[in-house]
Amino acid sequence: MSEVAEKKAVVATPREPLFSTKNRKLLTDPFDDNNPITVQVLGICSALAVTTQVYPALVMAISVVFVCAFANLAIALMRKGIPPRIRMIVQLVVIATLVTIVDQMLKAFAYDVSKELSVFVGLIITNCIVMGRLEAFAMGSKPWPAFLDGIGNGLGYGAILIVVAVCREFFGAGTILGYKLIPEAIYSAGYVDNGVMLTPAAAMFVIGILIWIQRSRNTKLVDIS
Amino acid sequence: MADINSNKYTIGYVVVMTLIVAISLAFMATELKPRQQAEEALEKKKQILNSVSDIQDKSIVEKEYPKLIKEVVVDAQGKPVEGVNAFDIDIKKEYRKPASERQLPVYIYSGDGNAKSYIIPLHGNGLWDEIWGFVALKDDFNTIVGTSFDHKGETPGLGAEITKDWFQSQFVGKKLEDGKAYAFDILKGRGNAIEGKVHLVDGMSGATITGDGVEDMIEKGYKSYQAYFKTVK
Repeated sequence: MSEVAEKKAVVATPREPLFSTKNRKLLTDPFDDNNPITVQVLGICSALAVTTQVYPALVMAISVVFVCAFANLAIALMRKGIPPRIRMIVQLVVIATLVTIVDQMLKAFAYDVSKELSVFVGLIITNCIVMGRLEAFAMGSKPWPAFLDGIGNGLGYGAILIVVAVCREFFGAGTILGYKLIPEAIYSAGYVDNGVMLTPAAAMFVIGILIWIQRSRNTKLVDIS
Repeated sequence: MADINSNKYTIGYVVVMTLIVAISLAFMATELKPRQQAEEALEKKKQILNSVSDIQDKSIVEKEYPKLIKEVVVDAQGKPVEGVNAFDIDIKKEYRKPASERQLPVYIYSGDGNAKSYIIPLHGNGLWDEIWGFVALKDDFNTIVGTSFDHKGETPGLGAEITKDWFQSQFVGKKLEDGKAYAFDILKGRGNAIEGKVHLVDGMSGATITGDGVEDMIEKGYKSYQAYFKTVK
């Protein structure tokens, strides 16, 4: 009897529009208030590894958006059937499957890109952001918001990745996407590329500065830590 | 609905999930395999050609490769081996065998009029993972016509610079031997004075180990082909 009542209640609530304010927030939040890298400080490992140049960072960002969105969608669809005791394993299997698909597809249809990224595509499996979103959001959400949340977080991660990569490639090699931006005249005047920017440590500095800038601008974040 | 906390449900869930994932991934892998292999073969052809030219367009590579390159296989004494496809030889495995058992592929390029270039495959270790490539030699078997290097996991901006033009273009015209002994060297760091020095190329900042790896694989490759070079000379 009570079940029937519940079902009625569900039907009675008006259907939420696809891009309601709440859903849009899922997409935009990860860019600022809830950025996976600068606020939650997740996924740092790959942010250090693939950001020496902009191009690999870009492809990595796209791959993570894909994996994050579809893993969230899949887990949200399965959420009521997943045995609680093995839910992390199920999440991992879903992520690993998607990453393998991305990896194989890149190898078959974008060979040059897959060569460029080499092991890092496989390492998306270990990216804490993906699993973090599955555990924190997709396990308790409907598929559509979960999908949006996945895209939002993937993009939030990707945005930071690209900003860091732009800084590192520009100051470390004087190029962006391989195009020389610093004219030879400056080099002959004594300017030298900063080799430190190409080392993983430089990504830490850049991310640290980004966090600093973000917090001094967005006071909401100051007390969270 | 079954109790999702029960052992039976959990085990059943795992079995079904694993089956679905395994079958779909296996299906995808077999479906994509021919395409991936074609891509890999094309990449290899492009690399071979890139040691003597700078053709980047893969459709041109596919078309021009059979016209420009003649493949031969030689043994440790430099004698030709029949019935083996040079292109299919995995040079990594050959370099691991004892020198006398190796089957060595040679790619002979005849695109520039009468002068032939002899392209030999290289394989070695970088800092993180394997590196490989091709070096094309003039028919004096000493002067480098060109190189093409590639790597699996070197750091972008550091060791991965071996694939870049600025690094590879330095090799053109350099000599491996000084008349008596092997003399070729890749220097440590970038910005060394190398002008006029025919046995030296400038290194990469922050990637000395990768540079050493390139140096070693050129030396190893060069020495393995000595017998063949003598038969052609």
